[in-house]
This record gives sequence, structure tokens and C-alpha cells, in this order.
Amino acid sequence: MEIVDSKLLAKQAYIGARTLRTEDPALLKGQGQFVDDIKLYNILHACVLRSPHAHAKILSIDTREALRLAGVHAVYLHKDLPASAQKRLPLNTPNAAITLVMTQEILASSEVCYVGEPVAFVVADSRYIAEDACALIDVDYDILQATSDCADALKDNAPLTHSTAKNNLIAKLPLSYGDIDRAFAPSSIVVKDVFSQNRGSAHPMETRGYVAEFHKATSQLTVWSAGQAPHLEKKTLIDMLDWDPEKIRIIMNDVGGGFGPKAIFYPEEALVAIAAWNLNRPVKWIEDRREHFLSGSQEREQYWNIALALTHEGKIMGIKLQMIHDNGAYLQWGVILPYIGVTTTPGPYVVPAMDVDLKMVFTNKGPTSPVRGAGRPQAVFAMERILDKAAQMLSMDRARIREINFVQPEQMPYNVGFIYRDGKAMIYDSGDYPQCQQLALDKANYESFPKRKEKARTEGRHIGIGIANFVEGTGLGPFEGATVRIQQNGRVTILTAAAAQGQGHKTTFMQICADQLGIDLDLIDVIAADTNAISMGIGTFACRITVTTGNSVYLAAQNVRDKVYSLAAFLLQCETSDLEMSNGLVNVKGEPKRSKTFSDLARVSQGIPGFSFPKGVTNGLEDTQYFLPSQAAYCNGTAVVELEVDMDTGQIQILNYVMGHDSGKLINPLIVDGQVQGAVAHGIGNATLEWMRYDEQGQPITTNFGEYLLPASHDVPRVSVVHLETPSPLNPLGVKGAGEGGTIPAAAAIISAIENALDDAEIFLKDTPMTPQRLFDILRKNKSSTHH
Amino acid sequence: MDNIHIKVSVNHRTYERDVDSRCTLGDFLRHDLGLTGTHYGCEHGVCGACTVLLDTKSVRSCLLLAVQANGKKITTVEGLAHKDGTLSVLQQAFTECHALQCGFCTPGMLTTLTELLAENPSPTEAQVKSAISGNLCRCTGYQPIVDATILAASRLRGPLSPSPQ
Repeated sequence: MEIVDSKLLAKQAYIGARTLRTEDPALLKGQGQFVDDIKLYNILHACVLRSPHAHAKILSIDTREALRLAGVHAVYLHKDLPASAQKRLPLNTPNAAITLVMTQEILASSEVCYVGEPVAFVVADSRYIAEDACALIDVDYDILQATSDCADALKDNAPLTHSTAKNNLIAKLPLSYGDIDRAFAPSSIVVKDVFSQNRGSAHPMETRGYVAEFHKATSQLTVWSAGQAPHLEKKTLIDMLDWDPEKIRIIMNDVGGGFGPKAIFYPEEALVAIAAWNLNRPVKWIEDRREHFLSGSQEREQYWNIALALTHEGKIMGIKLQMIHDNGAYLQWGVILPYIGVTTTPGPYVVPAMDVDLKMVFTNKGPTSPVRGAGRPQAVFAMERILDKAAQMLSMDRARIREINFVQPEQMPYNVGFIYRDGKAMIYDSGDYPQCQQLALDKANYESFPKRKEKARTEGRHIGIGIANFVEGTGLGPFEGATVRIQQNGRVTILTAAAAQGQGHKTTFMQICADQLGIDLDLIDVIAADTNAISMGIGTFACRITVTTGNSVYLAAQNVRDKVYSLAAFLLQCETSDLEMSNGLVNVKGEPKRSKTFSDLARVSQGIPGFSFPKGVTNGLEDTQYFLPSQAAYCNGTAVVELEVDMDTGQIQILNYVMGHDSGKLINPLIVDGQVQGAVAHGIGNATLEWMRYDEQGQPITTNFGEYLLPASHDVPRVSVVHLETPSPLNPLGVKGAGEGGTIPAAAAIISAIENALDDAEIFLKDTPMTPQRLFDILRKNKSSTHH
Repeated sequence: MDNIHIKVSVNHRTYERDVDSRCTLGDFLRHDLGLTGTHYGCEHGVCGACTVLLDTKSVRSCLLLAVQANGKKITTVEGLAHKDGTLSVLQQAFTECHALQCGFCTPGMLTTLTELLAENPSPTEAQVKSAISGNLCRCTGYQPIVDATILAASRLRGPLSPSPQ
């Protein structure tokens, strides 16, 4: 796609400015409208009965006692659902490599495959009564063998996740490019190891939830959801309910964080809708935190068996990779998640050849789907750790081995060799990786670190430093659209289905629009996350909204400006080039009284009954654009972390956290800084605290915030962000995604720094999270082995 | 059901209601009184999103029963702004420092920090971090919240007051 950006107004008041968020005042005053805040007349409340077993056959379910409880309106089992909802959920992103398709049922019919799988749905006058009723349902289970570890699941005699399947293998994806035999020629140095990252969960502070209302007179079904992808939810509901596509609407008001797991369709949404339709009363279901631990999507459990071939000078020749991805019990996003992972491996480095053997495996654990970072933190962890190991083997500085392998800015656009998840050649569009690392190193005073370390040792303190780089494909297509409309009251409305979960999209869109129309933010309203706002949409994930919707707003606002100028020129009897525009007023230059307001023009453009428009005048001061990115826009970054390890407890304290970050042109640096700081916090959790644990029978053993630790205020330092702004040539705004970059290299950099702090102990750390307990055990083991 | 009559003052307004004895204070505020600014993030007392002030002390409204608040004064996030609806000094500092993203934990942060600033007008960064160590935020990475609190404290002390440390 050719992009010509000749229409930009000279005045740029908002793009690039640290504009305060227009979302904030209501949220600060407790006036947000989250899904559980919606109160509808006659509303009923629901609760889900979930499987307590990782794998079992359902022999019978007795709901009689539950139905007898006062205040209970209905109990739904699989057999009670409409035929269309008795089918399994559709597979979002099919792929020919998938040989075993198993998506979830709305309610389990005969077999449950993870702890937390929905079995029955109770609707009652209150949540309290609905929970009481769930406790009265008697389910007779025949407990089956469960599979828990994904590597074990591939063994010949492994228990089956799904009793109807032949084995646990979902897909085997061989991926390769370049001459791998040449890379691994006998003259090469080969460094290899096996890395693992464990499961965590996104844990937005607001759990999932839905409210559905069926309007009988119009057959209109409205669902309010705490989600990320309104149109995806709509499309799935249309299929699951066999519903008229024009009589269903999904709205997401304020959403309390998402981070990935809210981007998929969950059974509870169909259940709430079915119950509202069936009972002809609004129905609300709000997930509690324990349910979120059990049934909210999770991520990151993978094994990475990686071999890196290098020259004696430390130049990368190639990589052989065997990766096993723990998918959990059901497919949700096809092969997307592990696919993103393996294709992220080369990162900012020239890797002439790669050979990948990827296996996706079912286990009797909660289903997985992308969580902030989406497979990339694992890839970066494996790649950066193996580079650290290579540097040690070659006695090279860790920054130096990275430096000599970087893709250079003059190599852009750079073809990595892989086909990316969007089906296109994986081509980095722009970026300056050497400069990004250098700026981060400078900011972190990397050069003088050895002195600090030496000094610390003399004080008996163990400090270390770690570096990790990443490249992330952001702003994926196919599209996200926006309408910009000047209203008869002179205000401007931006309409989009793109949903925010705290990213400040509304402010960002307003800034983009304001500059095109020469107005202030207080003249703009945004309607977002509503399927009625625009006919198509994809969803908020993969750092794509500013790229997709942002550019749609940009282009639509410019087209609206053209319409304003041509209509005003016609009415004021002048040329468009004679006009100027500011604050909702268009006038002939030098003649402020020869003017039309946005309101005047909007009213004219809406027409007078019976009168045809003159030639050249079109109806409506509005335009709809669906920006279609030709491929991903690649952002990149470098994390440099300095920290101290307490040798007695395994506790770490981060002393300095620097993030070099290039997400292209920044629309609002205040918001982008916030995204980076928050994403780093998430990464610190992944690296040092968060571990969603299951026992060998697939029973989850961390199901509250006491057993599973999120980073708290003391765990997160101030992140020094160094921005580079290499604009993407692939979209008119030059933007790239910014929401995940902070998370992606965190575990690699932090664990490298821990290892560096312990370098006299000769420990090589290969797993995340490196909890204080785990580190304590390693230190103790090391101590006792050196004593013997 | 076992209903008990209670009388509470919430944000300077008196409410009398019959409540189910097992109803939590948070559910009572949200669903009986319609004050939905107080949020439930975990319902087991860890995340702090549901924090309200009971008289002047911060409490977890998911762990208290509504009946335990009988006769007490409660301040929720809805009661923090100035009477004319403009943002309080702390709320204003939150927006200036980008101390909220999704805004779900924010009510608990604001109530907790309102208590801190009432007790300690010159908190250090470490003291602010301690004050919110029982409030989880998944979006901001906390530092902007700390910055906002320090900014609000300095504004509340006025231009001539000494800064901490």
C-alpha cells in the first residue's frame, strides 16, 4: 500500500504531547461503568458449577435439590442448551497443521478435561443464592487419569487429555529457513541448553463478567462484556445462538484490565445470553478471583531445547530449536501462540539459518491463550540466555556478543527468513537495534558496572547486571475501523469497535482527530467498544490498536476535513484554498465574518427534505476508514537490569531498570511511558514471583493471591525509559505497538542479572520464575556441593 | 434469610436498610446503595480494590459484613472529590502523573492514600510504597501512584512547608 501523507495540518497541537487522559475524571470519582456496575430492572444473577477434577467422565447430574431452593430460577446443563449451543466453540484461527481439534463445550456434556470446566449454570435472585444452589448440585464423576506436564504428555504411555483422542499431540509444526547444515558445520561452536518458563495468568484486577438483556418486542440481544474483542464475541455468539446478526450488540464500557485472556470467547457469555433469552430477564455473571485462577486463560508453560551455532568470533550461524508448548485442555487460538514464540527467536540478530520442531500438546490444565507478551517472553528468554552462555564460553562481554550480531539499520527492511503468523514473509520494517542497546547501556552506566560490582563485593553485597533485547511484531491486520462524524450540534464523534482496557485509547484517538480538524479535545466524543458503532472489528491484542484504529481515525478525520472545506467553499462562494479552519469554525482567510461553523455545515450536509444536493456536494460530514496494514510493524527494545541478591534469603532487589524502547512515533508519551512501566511490572512478576502451579494430577495448587504472588508496590522499581522514535514506514502515523515491550525481555534480563550477581558460584539459570524460594534452594545446594 | 436493620452514614449521607446478615459491606455499598465505585478484585482481602474508610481507618469491604458497619461513618471513592465535583488534590495528582490506567484498583488506592495523607502529610516514597503494599495494581507498575501521592502531599502542605527527608 502506498501511503501519501500530504494532508497533515501544519499545526500539531496534540500528536506527540503528554496530554492528560480524558478517561480519568470519571474513574477517579468512582463513576466508571464496569460490567458489574450495570444495574438493570429485574436482573438475575448467575453462578457456574465447575469441575473439581482435572479429568473425569460425568456419570450423572442431579439438580433437583438446587431447583427447589427459594430464589432459584433455572439450572442449565448441557442437554438444556439450544442445539446450536450444544456444539463445541468454533476454532478462531484454523491451521492445516492442526491434527487434533478439540475446542471447549459451553457446558461439559460427558467429559471434563480441566479443573474449572463449566458443568452447570445456575440463575437466581442473587449471587449468594446462586452459589448456594451450585453447592446443592450433585455430580457423579468417574475420575480418569490426567496428564499434567506437557513433555510427559508426549510419551507413549501418557494418559490422554481427551479420552476420545489417540494421543495428546495437537500439531507438529516444522519451520525452517537457510542452510542449517552449513550453520552447524564441524567448524562451528555449538552452545545448547533446555529452558522452561512456567505458567502464569494475566490477572487483570477486574475479573471476567457479562450482563445480557433480551428485548422481546424487538428480538434484540444486548451483551455487556468485560472483554477485549467485541466483534469476535458477537460473531461467536451469532453462531452459538444461531442468532440474527443484525439483532445482537456487544458493548464494553469500562474494562478493568485485559492483558490477553479477555480477548477470547468464553462459555459463560453464551450461558448468560441463553439464560436472558430463555427467562426473558436480564442476567449477570461475574467471575470471582478463584474462578479466574481456574478458568481464565493462562500462558507461558513451554520447554525450549535450543542449540546455537556460532563462529569462533561469536557470529551467529544458526539455531536448532525443539519446542513443546503446553496448550492446556482446549484449543482457543489455534497455533498462534507457540508460532509467535518460535518466530520471535531470532529477535534483533542476524540468524542465517533456523530449524524448528514445534509440538503443541494437550494437557488436563486450564486452556492457554496469549497473555501480555504472547509467547515472546519465552523466546527471548531462550535466545538471550543461550547468548549469555555463548558469551561466557567465548569469554566475550554480553553486550559485545549482541552488538556484533545485530541487524543493522541499513539492512532495513530486513527479511528474517520466516513466514510470520500473518502469513506473510517476516520482514522487519524499521528500527535501529544497535543504537537502542547502546542508549540503554549508557543510561544504565553499563561501562562502569564492574567497578560498582567490585565495590559491592568488598561490602559483602552481590550485585549483577543483565541485558536482553527483543523485536515484536505489532499492529497486525487485517483491520480495525473508525468513523469520524461532525454532528449537527457542532461536536465531533469518533466511533469504533476497538475496546480499551486501560490503555487510554479514547485520549489517543482524540489527539489524532483533533490535529486533523484543528479542534480541542473537549469538542470530541468517543464511542468505542460497541459493535453498533461500526460494522466490523477484530479486537484489542498484539499491540495493534494505535496502528490500526489510530490510522483509521487519522485518515477518516482528514477526509472529513476535505468535506468540510468543499462544502464551506461552496456555501461561501470561494476556493477551498481560500479557507482556514480552527475551533470548529471555517472562514475565508482574512475575513473572519465570512464563516461557517461545524454545526452549520453538518446541518446542511444532512439535507433538507426534497431538495437535491448541488453537484459536488455529498451527504454527511462523516467518513469511515478501515486502515489495512500490509504487515506487522516491528517495535523493539532493550532491557538492562541491575539488581542485588540477598544470599541468605534468595530475595532480589532491583537497583536500576532501564528500558530502551522504540515503538515508532509516540502519540502520547505519557501513556506510552505508563504502558512500559506497567509492562515491566508484569515481566518482573513473570521473572520472579508468578507461578500457576498444578500437581501431577492436574490439580491447581495456587488459586488465590496468597498462593500466587502478583508484584506489589515494593517489587517494582521506577523504570527509566529511553525512547527511540523510528517511524514505521508502513502506516501514515508511523506508529508501532507499545503495550507488551516492557514484559517481553524482562525475565531474560532479570535472570541474567541474578546469575551475574552469583557468577563466582558458576550457576546457569534456565527456568522462570526464579522465585526467592527457588533461588534459595539453588544457593543452598551450591553451597553444600562446594563444601564437600 | 436473616435480615438485620442497620443505619450507616456513607459520604455524609445516612442510609437505613434491612440487610441479609451474610451480605458483605462491599456488596451492600455496590448493590444496595448503588455506590459502584468500590470494586471487588479478589474477594479474599488481598487486592485492596474494595478498600473504604470506616470512620477514618481503611478497611477491606469484601471482608467486613454490612452489619458490622452499623452506626459507623463510611467514606467511599465517591466521597473524595470536592463538593462541586472537581477532583480532590490527590485525584488531580493521579491524573497528572498517569497513576491510573484501567481504573479498577484506583478507588482502593485513593482511599488507602487518603488515610495515609491524613496521618502523614509528608510521606517518603518508601512510606507511600508501604501504605499501598496491600493494594494490587496490574496496569501502572505502581511508581506513578507513588509519584502522584508525593505530589499531592506537597500541594496539600502548601508552598512553604518543608519537603520530606
